[in-house]
Amino acid sequence: MTTYQEFIQQNEDRDGVRFSWNLWPSSRLEATRLVVPVSCLFTPLKERPNLPPVQYEPVLCSRANCKAVLNPLCQVDFRAKIWACNFCFQRNPFPPSYAGISDVNQPAELMPQFSTIEYIVQRGPAAPLIFLYVVDTCLEEEDLQALKESLQMSLSLLPPNALVGLITFGRMVQVHELSCEGIAKSYVFRGTKDLTAKQIQEMLGLTKPAVTGQQGRPLAPQDAAATCKFLQPVHRVDMNLTDLLGELQRDPWPVPQGKRPLRSTGVALSVAVGLLEGTFPNTGARVMLFIGGPPTQGPGMVVGDELKTPIRSWHDIQKDNARHLKKATKYYEALANRSATNGHSIDIYACALDQTGLLEMKCLSNLTGGHIVMGDSFNTSLFKQTFQRVFSKDYNGDFRMAFGGVLEVKTSRELKVSGAIGPCVSLNSKSPCVSENELGIGGTSQWKVCGLNPSTTLGIYFEVVNQHNAPVPQGGRGAVQFVTQYQHSNTQRRIRVTTIARNWADAQSQIQHIESSFDQEAAAVLMARLGVFRAESEEGPDVLRWLDRQLIRLFMFHLRRSPFLQVFNNSPDESSYYRHHFVRQDLTQSLIMIQPILYSYSFHGPPEPVLLDSSSILPDRILLMDTFFQLVIYHGETIAQWRKAGYQEMAEYENFKQLLQAPLDDAQEILQTRFPMPRYIDTEHGGSQARFLLSKVNPSQTHNNLYAWGQETGAPILTDDVSLQVFMDHLKKLAVSSSA
Amino acid sequence: MNVNQHTPMASPYGQPQPSFGQPGYAPLDGSYPAPYAPYNGPASAYQPGAPPQGPVRGPPTSGPPPVSAPQQYNQYSQSQGSMQNGPPPPTQAPPRPAVSQPYNQGAMNLSGPHPSYPQHYGPPSTMQQVTNQMTGMQITSGPPTAAGPGYAPPHSSQPPVSTGYSAAPQASYTQAPPPVSSAPTQPPPPSGPAAPQQYYSGPPPSSQQPFNSSLPPTSQQQQQFTSSVPPHPPPQQTLPPSSYSGPVPTQSQPPVPPVSQAQQSFPTPQPPFSSAPPPVSQSSFATGPPPSAPGSFPPQGPPPSSQPGSFPPPGPPLTSAPSCQYPGPMPPQQQPPPSQPSPYHSGHHPPRPQMPPTSMAQSNHLPPGPQGPAGPPGPLQQPPSQPGMQTGYPPQQNGAFGQVRGPQPGYSGPYPGQPNYGAPAPAPPAQKRLDPDAIPSPIQVIEDDKAKTTEPFTTGVRGQAPPLVTTNFQVQDQGNASPRFIRCTAYNMPCTADMAKQSQVPLAAVIKPLATLPPDEAPPLVVDHGESGPIRCNRCKAYMCPYMQFIEGGRRFQCGFCSCVTEVPPHYFQHLDHTGKRVDCYDRPELSLGSYEFLATVDYCKNNKLPPPPAFIFLIDVSYNAVKSGMVNIVCQELKTLLDCLPRENPEVESAVRVGFVTYNKVLHFYNVKSSLAQPQMMVVSDVSDMFVPLLDGFLVNVNESRQVIESLLDQIPEMFADTRETETVFGPVIQAGLEALKAADCAGKLFVFHTSLPIAEAPGKLKNREDKKLIGTDKEKSLFQPQVGFYSSLAKECVAQGCCVDLFLFPNQYVDVATLAVVPVSTGGSVYKYTYFQAQSDQERFLNDLRRDVQKLVGFDAVMRVRTSTGIRATDFFGSFYMSNTTDVELAGLDCDKAITVEFKHDDKLSEETGALMQCAVLYTSCSGQRRLRVHNMAVNCCSQLADLYRNCETDTIINYFSKYAFRGVLSNPTKAVRETLVNQCAQILACYRKNCASPSSAGQLILPECMKLLPVYLNCVLKSDVLLPGADVSLDDRAYLRQLISCMDVAESHVFFYPRLLPVMKLESGSLPVAVRDSEERLSKGGVYLLETGLHLFLWVGASVQQELLLNIFGTPSFSQIDSNVTSLPVLDNPISQALRELIYSFRAQRSRYMKLMVVKQEDRAELIFRHFLVEDKSASGGASYVDFLCHMHKEIRQLLS
Repeated sequence: MTTYQEFIQQNEDRDGVRFSWNLWPSSRLEATRLVVPVSCLFTPLKERPNLPPVQYEPVLCSRANCKAVLNPLCQVDFRAKIWACNFCFQRNPFPPSYAGISDVNQPAELMPQFSTIEYIVQRGPAAPLIFLYVVDTCLEEEDLQALKESLQMSLSLLPPNALVGLITFGRMVQVHELSCEGIAKSYVFRGTKDLTAKQIQEMLGLTKPAVTGQQGRPLAPQDAAATCKFLQPVHRVDMNLTDLLGELQRDPWPVPQGKRPLRSTGVALSVAVGLLEGTFPNTGARVMLFIGGPPTQGPGMVVGDELKTPIRSWHDIQKDNARHLKKATKYYEALANRSATNGHSIDIYACALDQTGLLEMKCLSNLTGGHIVMGDSFNTSLFKQTFQRVFSKDYNGDFRMAFGGVLEVKTSRELKVSGAIGPCVSLNSKSPCVSENELGIGGTSQWKVCGLNPSTTLGIYFEVVNQHNAPVPQGGRGAVQFVTQYQHSNTQRRIRVTTIARNWADAQSQIQHIESSFDQEAAAVLMARLGVFRAESEEGPDVLRWLDRQLIRLFMFHLRRSPFLQVFNNSPDESSYYRHHFVRQDLTQSLIMIQPILYSYSFHGPPEPVLLDSSSILPDRILLMDTFFQLVIYHGETIAQWRKAGYQEMAEYENFKQLLQAPLDDAQEILQTRFPMPRYIDTEHGGSQARFLLSKVNPSQTHNNLYAWGQETGAPILTDDVSLQVFMDHLKKLAVSSSA
Repeated sequence: MNVNQHTPMASPYGQPQPSFGQPGYAPLDGSYPAPYAPYNGPASAYQPGAPPQGPVRGPPTSGPPPVSAPQQYNQYSQSQGSMQNGPPPPTQAPPRPAVSQPYNQGAMNLSGPHPSYPQHYGPPSTMQQVTNQMTGMQITSGPPTAAGPGYAPPHSSQPPVSTGYSAAPQASYTQAPPPVSSAPTQPPPPSGPAAPQQYYSGPPPSSQQPFNSSLPPTSQQQQQFTSSVPPHPPPQQTLPPSSYSGPVPTQSQPPVPPVSQAQQSFPTPQPPFSSAPPPVSQSSFATGPPPSAPGSFPPQGPPPSSQPGSFPPPGPPLTSAPSCQYPGPMPPQQQPPPSQPSPYHSGHHPPRPQMPPTSMAQSNHLPPGPQGPAGPPGPLQQPPSQPGMQTGYPPQQNGAFGQVRGPQPGYSGPYPGQPNYGAPAPAPPAQKRLDPDAIPSPIQVIEDDKAKTTEPFTTGVRGQAPPLVTTNFQVQDQGNASPRFIRCTAYNMPCTADMAKQSQVPLAAVIKPLATLPPDEAPPLVVDHGESGPIRCNRCKAYMCPYMQFIEGGRRFQCGFCSCVTEVPPHYFQHLDHTGKRVDCYDRPELSLGSYEFLATVDYCKNNKLPPPPAFIFLIDVSYNAVKSGMVNIVCQELKTLLDCLPRENPEVESAVRVGFVTYNKVLHFYNVKSSLAQPQMMVVSDVSDMFVPLLDGFLVNVNESRQVIESLLDQIPEMFADTRETETVFGPVIQAGLEALKAADCAGKLFVFHTSLPIAEAPGKLKNREDKKLIGTDKEKSLFQPQVGFYSSLAKECVAQGCCVDLFLFPNQYVDVATLAVVPVSTGGSVYKYTYFQAQSDQERFLNDLRRDVQKLVGFDAVMRVRTSTGIRATDFFGSFYMSNTTDVELAGLDCDKAITVEFKHDDKLSEETGALMQCAVLYTSCSGQRRLRVHNMAVNCCSQLADLYRNCETDTIINYFSKYAFRGVLSNPTKAVRETLVNQCAQILACYRKNCASPSSAGQLILPECMKLLPVYLNCVLKSDVLLPGADVSLDDRAYLRQLISCMDVAESHVFFYPRLLPVMKLESGSLPVAVRDSEERLSKGGVYLLETGLHLFLWVGASVQQELLLNIFGTPSFSQIDSNVTSLPVLDNPISQALRELIYSFRAQRSRYMKLMVVKQEDRAELIFRHFLVEDKSASGGASYVDFLCHMHKEIRQLLS
C-alpha cells in the first residue's frame, strides 16, 4: 500500500484529479462536520503523452437519464455480452461491434489503467479553428507598431487552414473584409450604438448564410469560407492581412486636450460576437481582444472621455460611486453568455499603465475560458512572449488549446454535484446527480468550458447525500465520472472520460483514516476558490469573515493577505486579473499564488527555499520570489553593494558572478513555461521595486517590534498588518473558544 | 413676312408704345375718350388704310360689309349669342385692335399668308369681321390708340387697318365667314363682301385719312367695336348689328370667309391635326368647299340651327358646319378663299391677291383671299401675324368659349372659320369661333420687342420696363439692378393697397442673385469697407446703396428705405458736390451701381469664424439598376476629368473645393482616398438607421494631391459592383452621410446624389410606392405632391443649417416619388435632374452635359437672402428652392447661378409717387473659394395712383412666372381644379379691372386687353394646361412633381420658354439670323417643313411628311423621309449650310439653357408625334386643356361676368 501522498500524486498524474478527501464520509451529517467539503480539482485536458486516443465512440449506458460511459468499474458479463452501469446499475448489452469481447479481449475502456480514456468521434465535418483579432487602434504609435508586429507574427503560427478575421476599433468599429483585391474594404459600425446580433449580421450581410449545420454543427470550412468574407483561411489571405495590419493607422479622429480617446470596445466585442454567432456557431473560435485603454463610449463604457474623471477605484466602488460599473458589467456579461453559448472564447490582452476596465470585462474571459493578459505596454516582452505562448504547441505539434468543451459529471447515488468553480458556464442540465446546495456554479451537472488548455483546472464540489441512517455497505465505493467533450485544436471532436472511485468511510469509526486521506493542498486551493468565488460576488469583509470561520490553517494566512481577497493596494482591474488566473490554474500554480515561493541564494550553500518571512531578507542573500504573477530577484544590501562595485566582473570573484547568475537562470526557467509570463523584477535592497517582495513576506519584524528582534535577523517591514505569529495566536484562541 | 410686318409694326410700336405706354394708356384709362376716339379712328383709319393699300380694302369697303354685317351680326349674335351672345366676339376684337392692328398689319405685310387671308377674309367676311375685329382691335387698340398715332402714319394706318382687318377678317372669316358664307353661301357672301367693302371702303378712306380724319373711322370703329359688342349680344344683335354696320360686317365677313374656310377646313378637318390638312384642305377646297360645306353644315347645322335661331341661323349653321368640317381652317382658308372668295369677293379677290403681299390692308382683309392663293405656307405665316387681330376675335371666341364645346354649333355657325382653327383638334365640334390669327400672338409681341430694342438697356431710369426675356440686349447698370438679376411684374406699383387689390396684379420680383452675365457685361464689383464691415443703415440695416441720401455735408446719410439718419463713419466720409452727391460717387460701386458685392467680415460668418472652403461629395447609387443602366460607369469615368473643373473664382488658381466619394445601395460605402494611401479604402456603413461618417481624414481631399488614389477608385467602383445583385436602395441615410461628413469637416458644400430607385430598404426615409392614378383629379390629389414622410423635411432643415446643398440626379425606371425625394434638394437650393429610363447610349450626352454644368457652375454656399423694401411695401412671400425659418430670411444652403427666387410684395402702407418703391436684395454667401461675401441688388420702381399706369408697365412674362410658382405651390394644399380656377379668376379680375378702369368705354361684349398683358391669356392657358395642373393620362406623378419643383426656381426666361415653347421653321434657316418663330399650333406646321421646338427641357426636330428630299439630304443625309432614324439624338455632321446652321442653332439653344436638351427627331405622323404635340400649346391638349382660342373666349366670358 502506497502512502496517500503517492496515491494522490498517482491519481493526479493519471486522471488530473485531486480530491480534498480521499476517503469519503458515508453520510451527509459526517460530511458536513468535516467543514471542507468533498471536492476535487479536475484538470480535464491534463497532458497525457502516454494516452493514445481510441478511434471509436464511447459506449453509453442505455438509461435515458444516466448515459454513463462504459468504464473499468463496470461489471461485465462477457458471456452474455452485457455490462452493468456502476452509476445506475442498469444492465446494458454491448453493441454489435463488441461481439468479439471476452475476458482476454477487452476493449481499452475496461482496462483499469484507462480510468481516463479519450475517444475520437467522427461527427460532421471537422471545423476549422477561428481566430478573430479585435484590435484597439487608440494606442500610442509605438504600442500600435509593436502590436501590429505581434499580430503579423502570430499569423505565421496559425495552422494554414485556420480562419482569421480582423476587427479594429477606436471611435468607430471596422470589420475588415479580407479577400479583396485593389481596394481595402471594411464595414464600419458606430461606436456608440448597441446593436442586436441580428442587426449586426444584417449589416454585415450575413443574414443569408449557407445553411448552418444542423444542431449547431459547424459548416464545412470551404462553405463557410465562401459565405463569410470576414473570416478567411490564413493561407489565402496571409499577404492581404499582413498588408492590412501593416497599414493599420492609429484612430484618426482627433482627441481634444483633456480627453481620452473614444474607444468603442463594447461595440467592437458585440460585433465580434455577433459575427461569429452568425457564421460559426458551435465551432471553436477565439476572439482576441487587444486593448490599450478603457472603453470610453457606447455600451460597455467604463469611464467617460473626460480625463478629469478618473476611472473607478475600489474606493469608488465601495462608495457606490462607479456610475458605469453595473451597466458595463451587465453588458459584458450578456456578451460573454452569448459567446459561451456558441462555444467561442474571448481573450483579453490589456496593455496600459492605467486600468483598462478588466473589472467589467473579466466575465468575457471567465465565462468563456479565454485568457486575460495584463501588461503595461504592447511593446514589452511580457506581452510579446505571452502572446506567442498562446500559440505554443504540445508534443504532438498541436496547439495547447481546445474549444467548445462540455464537462459532464456523473456520480453514484450517494453523491451529488454542488457546483464547479472555474472558467465555465452552467449548461443548466438537471440530472439526478445535481445537488440542491450550490457551491460555485451549481444547479447543473454540465458545464461549458469554451476555451481549454492542458492546465485549465476546475474546482468541483460534491455533497454526500447518503443519510446517516442508511449506511453504505462496508467496502462500498463511490464513483465519479467526468465526461469532457471538446474540439481538439486539430479540429477533431473528442471525448475524454475519467472515472474515479473512492471508498466510503464511516466517520465515527474511521475518523483517522479520513483524516489521513485529507489532501491539504487540494483543500486549501479548493477553499481558496470558494473564497475567491464569494469575493467576486460579495463584499470583501464578509468573505474574510466566512473564511475565518472555516478555520483553515496556515495557507489561509497568506490567502487572507493575497490580492485574491484583499483589494488594498490593488486596482479593481488587478484584482480581477489575479482572481481570473487563480480560478483556472492547476494546484501547483494555485499554491504558488496563495503562498509565494521564496528561494534564497548565498555563498553558504545551494539555493534553498526559505520562509516567506521578513526574517529571510538578509544582506548577504539573493532572494528569488515567485508569486506566479511576479518574479522578483532581490539582492541583499551587501550583495547589491558588491554588484555595484563590479566584483562580478573580476576574474577572482567568479563565484560571485555565478551567484548572481544562479537566480537569473532559475527565473528564466520559470519564465519559459509560465503562462501568462510573469512580471520580471530585478531589484535590490532599498530599490523601489523591492516593495513587491516586502509586501508579500510575513511581517514578523515591523517597526513595531523591530528592536525586540534585534538587528541581525532580517529586514523590518513597515506595516501594520499582523504577522503570522499574531495570526496564529489569535487563531488558536478562537479555535479553543469556538469549540467551547 | 410676319417679321417684316412686325418690324414695321415694331417701329410704329416703338413709337406708339412709348406713347402708348404712357400717353396712350393714360388716355385710355381715364380721360381718354379723346384718345380712344382717335384710336377708334385709327381703326377706322386702318380700314381706310386698308383701302389705300389696296383697292382691296376699298373693295372690302366697309360700306358693303355693314350691310352684310347686319346680317352676319344677326347670325353672330345668334351664334355667339347662343353661345356667349354676341358680346364676346366684339369685345375680343375691340380690345386688341390697337395692338392687334399693328400686328395684323405686320402680319399682313409680312407674310404672304396675310395676303392670303385678306383674300379670304378680306373680301367676303372681312368687312364685317374686320369691323368686328376692327372694333375689337380698335378697342384693344384703344390703349394702343397710342399706337394709333403710331399707326397714324401711313404704315401704321395701313398695317393697323390691315391687321385689324386681316385679323378680323381671318378670324371673322374663319369663323363667321364660314358659317355665313358657306351656309348662306351667296347671300351672305355678297353681303359680306359688300359689307367689307363698305367697311373698308368706308373706313379705308377714312382710315387712311382717318388718322387725320380719325373721326369717321373712329366713330365707325367705335361703333363697330361697340357694335362688335353688340354682336355678342347678338341676341340683341339684330338691332345692334343693323345699327352697326361694323359688327355686322364681322359676321358678314365671317360668312364669306367661312365659306372659304369652310371649304378649306373641310379638307383639313379630317386631317386637321396634321399639318397635312392644309394641302389637303386646299385641294379639297377647290372641290371640297361646296360639298363639304354642305356636308359640314348638317353636322353643325343642328347646333347652329338651335343657335342660329337668329337670323343667321340658316346661314350660320351652314357656315358653322363648314367650319366644323374645316377644322383645318388655315389651309382651308387658303384654299377656300380661292373658291369662295372668288365667288364672294371675286371683286375683292382680285385686289387682294395682288394686295395681300403688297398692301397691308389687303393682306389684312384679304388674308382669306391671299391665303387661298398664297397656299399653305402663306397661311402658316400669316397666322402669327394675325395675332393682332386676335383682339377682335377673342371676343368671339370668348363667346364661343365657354360654350365652345356645347354651344359650338351655334358658334360654329357664326364662326365657321374659328372652328376650323380651334378645330384642328375639335374640328368637328369646332364650330367655334375665333380665328387664331386674330388673337394676340406671342410671336408677334416677341418680334416687336426685338425690333424695338436696339439700344442697350440702361437701368438708370426708375420704373422703366426692360426688354422681354426673348430679346437680346445689353444692359448698362446705372443704379438699378440689371433685369438679368431682377425682373418685376410691375414697374409702376400702385400707391395703395386698395389699388393693388383692385387690380389684382401680383406685385412680385423674380430675383436671380447670382445670374451669369454675358461676357460683355461686367460682373458685380467687389467692395471692401474694411474691418468694420459694410456700411449699413442703423435701423433697417440696409446696405449702402445709391438710394442713400447724404446730408449735412456728407457727415450723415438718410436711408432710402426707412428714412433713418445714420452717421457716416470717418473712414467713409467724403464731401458732397453742389448737387448733394458725394464727390466719389462714381468711384464707388455701392453709390452708383445697382449691383455689387461687399466683402463680409467675420461678423457675417457662422461662429464668427471665416469659413473653410466648401466640399463636393459625390454619392453614387450602385444598386443593380444603376450599374445595369450604365450610370455608374459613366459617372465614374466622367468624374475623372470633371474633377479638374471644379468651380474656382480665379481660373489660374486650383480650386479650393475638396471632394469626397460615397457609393451606396442599401448600405453606404465611404472611401478613404488619402493621398498617402497606395490604394483607396472602402468603408461600409450598414447601420443606415443611425448614419454617421466612418472616417474623417482622407474622406474629403484635394483633387490634385489624391489624384492617383481617386482615379484608382473611380476605375474600381464600376468593377466592384459589376455583378451586384442588390436592388434595394436607401436615400435618407445617403444625404445624412453627406451632411455628417460636412459637419465633421465643419464646412459647407454640395452633395451630388446619383440615385435610381424608390428607397424601399429599411432605413430612415424609407418610402412606399404610393402612385395612385385614381387620386388624380380628386381632393386627395394634393397629397401626392406632399412628401410621403416628414423625415426629409427635418433632414432638409439640418442640411440648411450646415450649408449642405443637395443636387439630385435621378435615373428611375419606375416611380421613385420625386415629390418626397426632392424635398431636400428643393429646400437646400439644390437641383433635381431626372433621366427616366436612362440608357447610356441615348441619354449619356444629356446627363453628362448636365453634370458638367452642374459641377462647374458658380455656386454660393450657406447663403441667406434678405429683401428690404422702402416703407409702405413689404416682401411677404417667397417662391423657390430654399428654406425659411422665419418670415424674412431666405436661407439657401447653396445658391447657384441658375436659381431664381420669386418674391411677392404687399402693401403695408401707402407709397408715394415721388419716391417710388425701393427694394434691396442682399445675399450673404460663401464663395467657392471660401470667401464670405454679400451681394447686393438694388431696384427702384415707380409708383402710381392711376391704375392705367400700372397696366402700362407690367411684364406679362414675369407675372406668368409668379402665377406658375404660386399655382404650383398651391397644388400642395388645394385640389388642382381649385388652383386652376383661382388662376383664371385672378387673371379675369386683372383684365376686368383694366377694362373697367382703364379701357375706353365700349360695349361690354368686347374683350379689351391691356397692351402689356395681351399675352396673359395665352400664357396663362399654358400654365393651366401644364402637366402639373392638368396631367395627361401618360404623365406620371413623378413627372409632375419633377416639373413642379423645377418651375419653382426658374427665372423668367426659362419659365417663358417652358410654358410657350419656341418653334422655329428650320427650312427658313439662314446662317446668321434666326428665322421668326412660329406659334405653337399644329396648324402652323407645314407638311413640307422642318421645325425645331425647344422648351428649355426638350428639343424636338419635327419633320413634315412631305419635306423636300433636298432638305432631308441636307439635314439627315438621307433623301427619304422613311429612312430618317427617329432615335438619333444628334444630327449628322454634313457639310452644307443648312446642316451647319441647324447644328449651330441647336448648339446655341443648348448653350442658352441651364439644362442640356436632348434632341428628339419627330417624324410627322409618327408615334412620337404625340409627345411633340403636347408642346403645341395653342392647340387643344390631349389631356383636355383648352386651345388658346377657346381659352380666350372663356376668359372673356369670365371677364364679362365680372363686369356685369
